[in-house]
Amino acid sequence: MTPLTLQYLTDFAYIIAVALFILSLKWLSSPATARHGVLAGEIGAAMAVVTTFFNPELVQFKWILIALLLGTMIGIPLGLVHMTAVPQRTAMSHAFGALAAALIGISEYYMRIPHITKFEMTEIALEVIIGSLSFTGSLIAAGKLQELLPQRPITYKGQNYVSLSVLGAAVLIALVLIVHPLYTFFFPCMVAISLIFGVLLVTPIGGADMPTVISLLNSYVGLTAALLGFVLNSKVLVVAGALDGSSGFILSVIMCKAMNRSFTNVIFGAFGKLQVSAAAEKEDRTVRSASPEEAAAILGAANTVIVVPGYGMAVAQAQHKVRELFDVLSKKGIDVKFGIHPVAGRMPGHMNVLLAEADIPYDRLIDMETANSEMPQTDVALIIGANDVTNPAAKTDEGSPIYGMPIIEVDNARTVMVIKRSLNPGFAGIDNSLYYMEKTLMLFGDAKAFVGDIVRELAGGGHA
Amino acid sequence: MPAGFISNLYVFILAGFVGFEVIRRVSPLLHTPLMALTNALDAIVVVAAIIIAGREGTKLSAILGAIAVAAAFSNMVGGFLITDRMLRMFKLSGRKKQ
Repeated sequence: MTPLTLQYLTDFAYIIAVALFILSLKWLSSPATARHGVLAGEIGAAMAVVTTFFNPELVQFKWILIALLLGTMIGIPLGLVHMTAVPQRTAMSHAFGALAAALIGISEYYMRIPHITKFEMTEIALEVIIGSLSFTGSLIAAGKLQELLPQRPITYKGQNYVSLSVLGAAVLIALVLIVHPLYTFFFPCMVAISLIFGVLLVTPIGGADMPTVISLLNSYVGLTAALLGFVLNSKVLVVAGALDGSSGFILSVIMCKAMNRSFTNVIFGAFGKLQVSAAAEKEDRTVRSASPEEAAAILGAANTVIVVPGYGMAVAQAQHKVRELFDVLSKKGIDVKFGIHPVAGRMPGHMNVLLAEADIPYDRLIDMETANSEMPQTDVALIIGANDVTNPAAKTDEGSPIYGMPIIEVDNARTVMVIKRSLNPGFAGIDNSLYYMEKTLMLFGDAKAFVGDIVRELAGGGHA
Repeated sequence: MPAGFISNLYVFILAGFVGFEVIRRVSPLLHTPLMALTNALDAIVVVAAIIIAGREGTKLSAILGAIAVAAAFSNMVGGFLITDRMLRMFKLSGRKKQ
């Protein structure tokens, strides 16, 4: 085969791979076709990788094969993690993606000097800065999600100025390099400062904002890959990067809307320190609590139930008990649905995966808008491990830090039941006025044990 | 400005729009698998890493390339694996475990 024919074949394989990638995402639009999407992506990726081995530039294969083997050995366990660990796994894979792209950019710089144009240097500097900061930023995010690092926002006075100066320093060094690409001493400095900026960027962000941060980092990683495509003049990278980048961007926008925050607010305004207004009036408010027997009786008498799950349900590992509750209520002819807030869980769509894992059919999972339109006709709203996303203060209390955030309006249901360990405020540290409403019954206890008790009561009750 | 830049920019803009339109239609049910899948697709940077690791060049660039191959390929393998695992769990009611 002549080199030219080989070149055409490679290009052709890459074009087919790109087409398969787009089909892959298209098929993901519905659960019915989604698995074809994975297959299409796999075929596209395999074609591109295999074709690359015929590239005439390659002179040695030993290290490539060892690295591929190593990648497989790391990748398989990361593909088999528990569903509750998917957010930190995703953050790790962002870190790996950013690392790979940054290293390739770094290697290109050393390969090309001293013959490097200002234009090429600009592309490489931009790619390496974004790749490096996404790498460390994702590592910090993974550390927070894995609870190796504190989940609370870590802040200090003047921190935004410090972070911005560090970013400024990286940009300044990049400008020096663009003018004088041969000042090679500056290149590692630029990389190091970008790595530090990534740490500073994510450290102050609290656990409640993780869905947004993960999505934002996702779009950075996509952007890095696309920039790398510009550096290497590789269209398959440009397309894959643009697809990944736009996906991360769309998810970031959805997450921000779901929390009524802006990007700048997520990044620069640490969340969840305020707890001012509610403290004073707390004293004289009473709550009504109920036993598993009473809860079972109310649920058994209902026609329609909407369960609102939050991350606390997954922490308590209660999803399988919740499925039993779903089964026993469905058997009695009660209509049970699950109303899912976009930020339930630690990453976009996380709660759906956790419920699907527990064998709850996906046609029972409804989004926030649908849940809110059905809420007034709902007999019981059962809240398990969710707090802020049901807090009516988001609609009524202008002084509340979550004011304006869209919520699941459980207060419109006829009866509200909340399973909770205690009256402690939730993740954002905000008191929930829902607990003091007349139609609210507090079910104090561990979510898994309490749901188990309700199931036992309903199953043994005998009026089916 | 290198000749390839403009055509790459065209591709970037068009792919961005295609991505936006296609991904906008992905059901919120599947946002977690979506992120896992796009990570796996993004791992296509492995093809660039393979060339860096295997081409004639300095030892440094070969080492950086090999690390990049391992990092990107672990994403590719792990990303497709976990996406498929998640999607297998989504079932409709009435259809019990196959």
